[in-house]
Amino acid sequence: MAESSSGNPGLARGLFVALCGLALAAYPLVAGAFGLDLVTKIMVYAIFALSLELLVGATGLVCFGHAAFFGIGAYAAVLLSPASEPGNLLWLLPASMLAAAAFALFMGALSLRTQGVYFIMVTLAFAQMAYYVVHDTPLGGGTDGIYLNAKPVLAIGGQDAGTPWLDLNQAGTIYGFTLACLVAVFGFLAVLLRSRFGRALAGIKANEQRMRATGFSTYPYKLAAFVISGAIAGLAGFLFGVKDGFVNPELMSWHLSGAVLIMIILGGLGHLRGALIGAFAFALLQEFFKSEVIFGAFAKHWTLGLGLSIIASVALMPRGLVGLPGQVRARLLGRPGAVADHTTEGQP
Amino acid sequence: MDLSTFLIQCLNSLQYGLLLFLVASGLTLIFGIMGVINLAHGSFYMIGAYMAYALAPIVGSTFGGGFFATLGVGVVLAVLLGYVLEWAFFSFLYEREHLQQVLMTYGLILVFEELRSLLVGDDVHGVQPPDFLAGTIPLGELMTYPVYRLFISGVCLALALGMYVVFTRTRLGMMIRAGSSNREMVQSLGIDIKFLYRVVFAAGLGLAVLAGMVAAPVSSVYPGMGNQVLIICFVVVVIGGIGSIRGALLASLLIGVVDTFGKVVFPQAAGVLVYLLMALILLWKPNGLFRAG
Repeated sequence: MAESSSGNPGLARGLFVALCGLALAAYPLVAGAFGLDLVTKIMVYAIFALSLELLVGATGLVCFGHAAFFGIGAYAAVLLSPASEPGNLLWLLPASMLAAAAFALFMGALSLRTQGVYFIMVTLAFAQMAYYVVHDTPLGGGTDGIYLNAKPVLAIGGQDAGTPWLDLNQAGTIYGFTLACLVAVFGFLAVLLRSRFGRALAGIKANEQRMRATGFSTYPYKLAAFVISGAIAGLAGFLFGVKDGFVNPELMSWHLSGAVLIMIILGGLGHLRGALIGAFAFALLQEFFKSEVIFGAFAKHWTLGLGLSIIASVALMPRGLVGLPGQVRARLLGRPGAVADHTTEGQP
Repeated sequence: MDLSTFLIQCLNSLQYGLLLFLVASGLTLIFGIMGVINLAHGSFYMIGAYMAYALAPIVGSTFGGGFFATLGVGVVLAVLLGYVLEWAFFSFLYEREHLQQVLMTYGLILVFEELRSLLVGDDVHGVQPPDFLAGTIPLGELMTYPVYRLFISGVCLALALGMYVVFTRTRLGMMIRAGSSNREMVQSLGIDIKFLYRVVFAAGLGLAVLAGMVAAPVSSVYPGMGNQVLIICFVVVVIGGIGSIRGALLASLLIGVVDTFGKVVFPQAAGVLVYLLMALILLWKPNGLFRAG
């Protein structure tokens, strides 16, 4: 990687991620209600993007049906909650993740038989089936979606439900809880990718034939990555459903699968922080072009600005936003060759 | 289902399938030859439909009008657009990862959709078929069938035949077939691959635009129409086998039948059927029905 030429890149990256975490932790002190909700939403997308990064960036499996897991997590949160009283986070959250993981196991076991573009399309096909199941059957309220009557709380033992430990009804609490989940997921994936398992995934991405030749049975590794990724996407969906208190079939549509893929490509594949940066960049660009303060009446046509920025980023940043510092450094030091380098090896 | 309903559904599925083929053949060509996953292909179909709506009055006042004149002007514009687009947005992407191209074409979707909104607005428009195709023909005792739908099928069949001739009987077709089976080899034989790419991209875009223009009187013209067709076209391309025109034809007809009859026989599960078909076919044949090359 081009970055390795200056100082200690591992330290710099760790510092960057830590600073991001601190900034997010301090944000509620200065934010209003709108900002808090927006950043909560973006952090949910960041968790979602991280889950996909495990498949696309780390294993080289391009999944175009990830919204299915997100949607299943969200629907599970709503459908499993008791009708009138708040559910307990302690079992609701694992149950939602488990539901998403179970679907991932089914979908992965079948679709991993195919490769390349065919894999992309089979995952899309399964996600579309899930979409039409919730869209066309009364199971989840059909096209109208359903509301979550009472948001879950964290109650331990025989604690009184009136004064729970954590009450996700409050915007501040759900912000903190989402941030904690984001940090946990990031940490988990960072450790996972450095483990033997993560190295095997990197090997599969680089050359699956060679991995098989060295005696690895690659299928179980890919399937495990698929299931873990599905469970984390389910977590993101759970948080999204709880945050909005409302779910509808659009959470499973291919538009969302596409958008999250775009986030991680925009951020830069092959790096966990790329998923983080991509989610923030994508959502903030959207908000920026939607802002009527800056663009006035033209804000109605916000997708034009978003589209042009994406095109410009492809043209100017071959390695995504993550590669930008290295690119700038190479330009300043006058090493034009480094810009053309587009390897994506090396994890987080 | 009585005989004439069955007959009408057969004609409908044929027409839908052939129209899908027209859009999907451009997509499979671009993917097979250039290796570009072109998400913006649906936008080209949308552009075609809007051209049928917006160009007709302009062509009417300059050339004296006529349905076929509009079609001709639209296709010429589309080919020019394709040539310029390939030069401006894709020519520098071939060395990069596939996913970079996906990002680029996604950006193009957003831009095209919004430009459409700026230029033509967000309303739904109807497009009238030309007078001489506006009638219906009787089928059985009670049913009738619109002539225009038959016309669509006819146009698509003629184009499919034309493509077959170009592919198997001309030098350009030979280069395209060679290009889709081994790009490097074609290049080393001294064929200008950049020019070939540009021609293929322009032709693919022309096919999508033509399909949109021809379909406009039947489907009407509305925002977001491109996205719908895009996903189903990818399904066609993948079922047929990437880069295979023959496969695309078979897959489109198959999907036409499954989708049309699905809507009649199992209206509850109509959306799922096409994807179920795709999953089953890919689990049976992981590389599609026909593989190019």
